Amino acid sequence: MNLDKNISRRNFIKISSLSSAVLAIGYYMPAAGKEPEVLKTETAENLGINLNAWISIDSNGKVTIVNHRAEMGQGSFQSVPQIIAEELEVNLDNVNIVFATGDQSKYGSQITGGSSTIRGSYKRLLKLSASAREMLIEAGAKKLGVKQSECYAEDGHVIHKSSGKKLAYGELVAEASKLDPPKNVALKNPGNYKIIRKPLPRQDTPLKVNGSAIFGLDKKLPGMLYAVVERNPNFIGKVKSFDDSAAKAVPGVKHVFKIQVDVFSSKREGVAVVADNTWAAMQGKKALKVEWDNTGFEHHSTDQLYAKMNESLKGEPISFKTQGNFSSAYSKASKKIDAVYETPYESHSCMEPLNCIADVKETSCEIWGPIQGPDWIQRDLSEKLKLPMDKVIVNMTFLGGGFGRKAFTDYPQEAAVISKEIKGPVQVVWTREDDTTIGPFRPGMVYQCKAGLSGEGRLEAFETKMAGQNMDHQNPHADKSSFNSSVTEGFLEPYMESITNYSFGDYPLESPIPVMWWRSVYSSTNGFAFESFMDEIANAAGKDPLDFRRSLLWNSRYQDLITKLEEVSGWKSRKKNEGYGVAITECFSSIVGEVVKVSKKADGKVKIDKVWAVMDCGWYVNPDIVRAQVEGSIIMALGAATKHATHFEDGKAVEKNFDRYPMTRITDIPEIEVHVMDNEEKAGGVGEPGLPPFSPALTNAIFDLTGKRIRKLPFKLEEV
Amino acid sequence: MASHTLTINSKNYTIDVDPKMPLLWAIRDFVGLTGTKYGCGIAQCGACTVHLNGTPVRSCSLPVSAAVSKEITTIEGISTDNSHPVQQAWIAEQVPQCGYCQSGQIMAASALLKKNATPTDKDIDAAMQGHICRCGTYPRIRKAIKTASVMMASAKK
Repeated sequence: MNLDKNISRRNFIKISSLSSAVLAIGYYMPAAGKEPEVLKTETAENLGINLNAWISIDSNGKVTIVNHRAEMGQGSFQSVPQIIAEELEVNLDNVNIVFATGDQSKYGSQITGGSSTIRGSYKRLLKLSASAREMLIEAGAKKLGVKQSECYAEDGHVIHKSSGKKLAYGELVAEASKLDPPKNVALKNPGNYKIIRKPLPRQDTPLKVNGSAIFGLDKKLPGMLYAVVERNPNFIGKVKSFDDSAAKAVPGVKHVFKIQVDVFSSKREGVAVVADNTWAAMQGKKALKVEWDNTGFEHHSTDQLYAKMNESLKGEPISFKTQGNFSSAYSKASKKIDAVYETPYESHSCMEPLNCIADVKETSCEIWGPIQGPDWIQRDLSEKLKLPMDKVIVNMTFLGGGFGRKAFTDYPQEAAVISKEIKGPVQVVWTREDDTTIGPFRPGMVYQCKAGLSGEGRLEAFETKMAGQNMDHQNPHADKSSFNSSVTEGFLEPYMESITNYSFGDYPLESPIPVMWWRSVYSSTNGFAFESFMDEIANAAGKDPLDFRRSLLWNSRYQDLITKLEEVSGWKSRKKNEGYGVAITECFSSIVGEVVKVSKKADGKVKIDKVWAVMDCGWYVNPDIVRAQVEGSIIMALGAATKHATHFEDGKAVEKNFDRYPMTRITDIPEIEVHVMDNEEKAGGVGEPGLPPFSPALTNAIFDLTGKRIRKLPFKLEEV
Repeated sequence: MASHTLTINSKNYTIDVDPKMPLLWAIRDFVGLTGTKYGCGIAQCGACTVHLNGTPVRSCSLPVSAAVSKEITTIEGISTDNSHPVQQAWIAEQVPQCGYCQSGQIMAASALLKKNATPTDKDIDAAMQGHICRCGTYPRIRKAIKTASVMMASAKK
């Protein structure tokens, strides 16, 4: 595998043609809503068509796939080659994957977000590799002088059925590259998969156990300097003045100057210290004295933020979705339930702190870094530096975590602004304290929920009002009268059809605190409110929480999931001194149900014994990667539910490092058992959907054990 | 600034740095070995763990002057060909996701197994609780340490 190498399409064709004969084909999208078309790269080049993704097979039978998505732990470096190898009929060891550079004109959106890498492109990748296989079979049949229908492909060879004669792909690429890709190809039935659906080991693992994987922070350029920035802790204020005399006295410090970058529609100011090594730059930053001008905007504390959210809930919402008549049904209900839930602001806290390298020249800019959205950065820097798009090259390294934070454009912009000033390559390095305090954060939320039951315990009326910062409203020219399009994210689709009268409303909060997607985005907090409330309704109705949900989930896909969850968790055979909680949420086209089991330790304190998760992501590639993502999602959710939160005082983040923002550790982890559903549904997301159901399943389990209802996160397990 | 000679993975490197510079930055920026990671700078996350005379230490909080004339081992010194049983076990159990914290995790696990060939869950907790993994690979880390323990035992036979 070639992992520290980025490749442009033009270079790729150049490199490909060096090894004399190659078969290189790719796909492009002729128009929105149309089927993808497969073309030879040469044809595409001649027609001026930009291919979305492409593969090549050389005369040694080696396959190269250019990957347009980031690898941040979610396993795209394994899943994408597994898809290619399956339909191409090659051994996975012969498939090499390289990172593509950021280029929206070529790839369309490259953002690695919304758990979209596989679900967005798997059908196209299957078709692409099947097309290459058919071209090789056609070339092989010709060479053998037999009919194409008498041949098949296996393990990198074209084989004539009756005679058993075979030719290796490498011998056929020259001939195959003269053929046209087939118009239609038949794809395999999932029952015949040999590589897809297998828990094959990840190709990036060997690099990640000996220190050789190159993350953003590990990339070095000749003559590169290091920059550390003192940023305004109030996010949007200005630099009034600064004293750099002590900073400049630190050996190794070369430059100190003010910088400004765009953070959504605001400007963030800071003072950059540039040195010939990272530590000197960090020392220089500590020695700086900066005076900030923070007039003209509010400096919120956490209490003020939540008071504002609660106050806003008394007003009129921006209505997102209604059905029937909630108010009338609620007023007639024989039993009324209401509850308010609260979730905290959170930091993404990727283990690799933010960093980025820029080398800005008069007429070009090149970027290297741990980046989720290379094409966004290309567009942003093209505007900021007034350079044509093709003069901005964005290279992706491995990401030491992403979780949504590394989709934002601020840190590459910092690197570019600093590089431009010093006229040379520079790596901007965020300290852990910078990473934890500067944001953007997951927004804190308040949910006000009401429900009405009939005399028989039927759910007749359901309302949730959500107050908190709206991520879309931060953008320049945002329409602030528009509702948050994610108000119901996480909520199960069939609930919507089962509940006759409902109403979902949004109450956007204005604040200078920048907010951004955090693993599973709004679902990460919505799920807690929806599935806690569903539990409270079930309890008020006097029904078993799992059976109550089942009664609302008419569709067989959901029924299958809930049945599986009931089976594997032993829901019905639980013992008296055990608390069981269930929650099911849906996001990024996947449904996940989780059951948490809790009990009391000898000292009377609550402990988590076990978590069962059932993931229905439809079509999937690698069951072990799916399980790993669900395990990781549960552990991240455990942290946000019971360990950490970001608070604000005078408009600044209080928690600065892992001492005050404590992560889950190995000592906190219960046993986790993950099951993956097998069905014929379309591929859904894998990296995020396992997160939202955990916290409500946990608090529902605690209610089951103790009768105590937890409505505010985070809470301390030892204080229950 | 002062000249320091560091013995890293049995090789000597002479670098001219501030004696107070943490060993982490000397290794990364001056020696050029980047497998050892910066995570928090305050010895809370374990990403920067190296062995000093065989004992795991947080290189982010150890001045370079304190590491002179000691045997320093980094992840690159465990083995570059993944032949160490801990690396083998990490591959067998498919531990890494993003992979950023894994150098530190492996340094802690290999030091634990050297001292204690058959660690219990409690021993594993004690040795590994200083190491943060944001991807949540902990269940697999626990499993891999046990797998490595078995591999080491069968290699001895």
